[in-house]
Amino acid sequence: MAVMTMRDALNLALKEELARDSSVFLMGEEVAEYQGAYKVTRGLLEEFGPKRVIDTPITELGFAGLGVGAAMAGLRPIIEFMTFNFSILATDQIINSAAKMRYMSGGQFKIPIVFRGPGGSAYQVSSQHSQALESWYAYFPGLKVVMPSTPADAKGLLKSAIRDDDPVIFIEQERMYGMKGEVPEDDDFTIPLGVGEVKREGTDATIIARSVMVPTALQAAEQLEKEGISCEVIDPRTIRPLDIKLIIESIKKTNRAVVAEESHPFASVGAEISAQIAEQAFDYLDAPVKRVSGADVPMPYAKNLEQLAIPDVAHIVAAVKEVSYV
Amino acid sequence: MSSQPTERSNSRSKNSPAGGAGVLERPAEPAAQLNEDRDILVKIFHQMLLIRRFEEKCAESYSLGKIGGFCHLYIGQEAVGVGAISALRADDYVLTSYREHGQAIAKGISPEAVMAELYGKAGGCSQGKGGSMHLFDADVNFLGGHAIVGGQIPLATGVAFASKYKETDQVTLCFFGEAAVNQGAFHESLNMAQLWKLPCIYICENNMYGMGTSLQRAMSSQNVAAKASAYELASESVDGMDVLKMREATQRAIKRAREESLPTLLEARTYRYMGHSMSDPGNYRTRAEIEKYQERDPIKIFTKTLKDNGLLSDSEIAEIEAQIKEEVEKAVRFADESPLPDPKELYTDVYANPIN
Repeated sequence: MAVMTMRDALNLALKEELARDSSVFLMGEEVAEYQGAYKVTRGLLEEFGPKRVIDTPITELGFAGLGVGAAMAGLRPIIEFMTFNFSILATDQIINSAAKMRYMSGGQFKIPIVFRGPGGSAYQVSSQHSQALESWYAYFPGLKVVMPSTPADAKGLLKSAIRDDDPVIFIEQERMYGMKGEVPEDDDFTIPLGVGEVKREGTDATIIARSVMVPTALQAAEQLEKEGISCEVIDPRTIRPLDIKLIIESIKKTNRAVVAEESHPFASVGAEISAQIAEQAFDYLDAPVKRVSGADVPMPYAKNLEQLAIPDVAHIVAAVKEVSYV
Repeated sequence: MSSQPTERSNSRSKNSPAGGAGVLERPAEPAAQLNEDRDILVKIFHQMLLIRRFEEKCAESYSLGKIGGFCHLYIGQEAVGVGAISALRADDYVLTSYREHGQAIAKGISPEAVMAELYGKAGGCSQGKGGSMHLFDADVNFLGGHAIVGGQIPLATGVAFASKYKETDQVTLCFFGEAAVNQGAFHESLNMAQLWKLPCIYICENNMYGMGTSLQRAMSSQNVAAKASAYELASESVDGMDVLKMREATQRAIKRAREESLPTLLEARTYRYMGHSMSDPGNYRTRAEIEKYQERDPIKIFTKTLKDNGLLSDSEIAEIEAQIKEEVEKAVRFADESPLPDPKELYTDVYANPIN
């Protein structure tokens, strides 16, 4: 184990997988000579050379589609979006090509590609650079969607994503790159996709959180513990496929559920989780499921407004109290 | 870049009927030289005629309700796909649009597997999951039928990237219509292909209509081949009604791709006789316009070339016609008799590594 930042854990995963398999290559804007807009790809050009670590023009649709074509022809591309906001330009290739190629070819092609980069809220970059897009991608059969919440999970999940034979949307959180944690240095350390984790055990209420909402939920749980409410924090880690069993098992124990997410509330992943809880654990609930979401507005620039738009510890604490009727 | 000079001029009348842009307005050119093996020429003739008859049968099957959804026919454009694909090696790749039945057959998918796919049957080349617009066969490196205009262009660029990465000398052919040239995907791909020197050959089938919108109403600068110069790509405008010209232009592009790892844009000037799809009555153009193009029908031109050169007689042509009739009937029989996909197939092939 070594203590490192999320940024370095991701870097280590990329480095180990590039070293492990020569069919893996990394492509994106500023990934090579600039060393990554967020320095996740630092040192990779030097170690693996320009054939495998490739700077692209600003041409998201183009290089996303190029990646899918390369995957059809047997390579394992890692396509970095400088931020997931720019993946919006590439959605035709992600959704219409990557997600559907295997199915519409009758299973003849596998598309082992990872689309990765930061997503979610950032600091004061306003509406077009600060948004959560996971519900878009999670909607589509054929895609897998992964969102790590710790450096160790980031490393283990990214390695699994790269080794997986399906297209994986791997959304890192821009505000978490500097977050530190213990990370296994073993280069065979992986975390299977589709398996969630109990991040904190508790008995009175379940908080389902992902990405940056996990540390926020853990802080809320600590605060609530002092007030006599024991919270269990579940991180599904993979959004599609979703480890709903883990969530339902926890709710059977606590009988109360809060779903915390950064995204807009309408048609969000949290809405899906809430619906599945209602379908599968209704009889176990002592209160309606409560959702904590980002404000249903484009992200504002002004610091005070931005703070109001992003869910925080107080929002989660209030939600847990609401479902606990205290 | 101009076409290669030809050594032998044929006896084709220098017809230049009036009307319409594109093929007909260009001066008549001498026929492509026939320095090819007779077997290859006959095979090319056979393929073009097979595709024509196959597509005619598709129209019939569609009106009988045996083919569903959208069905885009290739009639009139056979010389482009057959000529270009005839220049490939078996392990080269083809990616194309949704008007791809003919190209699929030319690349080596059997007419049976194509027809069964159109019929939505388990014996189809995509197991009935793709349909008319999504024909695939990994065994012959036919990497699809893609149905978002221009979507296949970045994909093909990526396939070419993979060949270069793996240091094979395979080349990739990418077909698309001229309407795709207005999409960003075209421009983004050409830029990357030349920037990274990828062995991809982009063939624009300029049939002068994007669905019902004419080229004149859709493209500010209508010289497609010239657009390559923005990316310093080699390019060539080719008579897409002349199968040998298509073959030769593609051979030149293949040489460039295989030996120098460089991309090429070919603009094939052609014309589709049928509507955009089976539901299109084609009210945006006149019968007279279609008939003018049919005077330079690719099969008619090539038949004449073969006959004039003493390579094919009327009786041999009749024999080939009879053989093709049987091939098409066999394809229909196969499609008719092929079972529907098993209902359990609904949930297969979504993921290569499913997680439950």
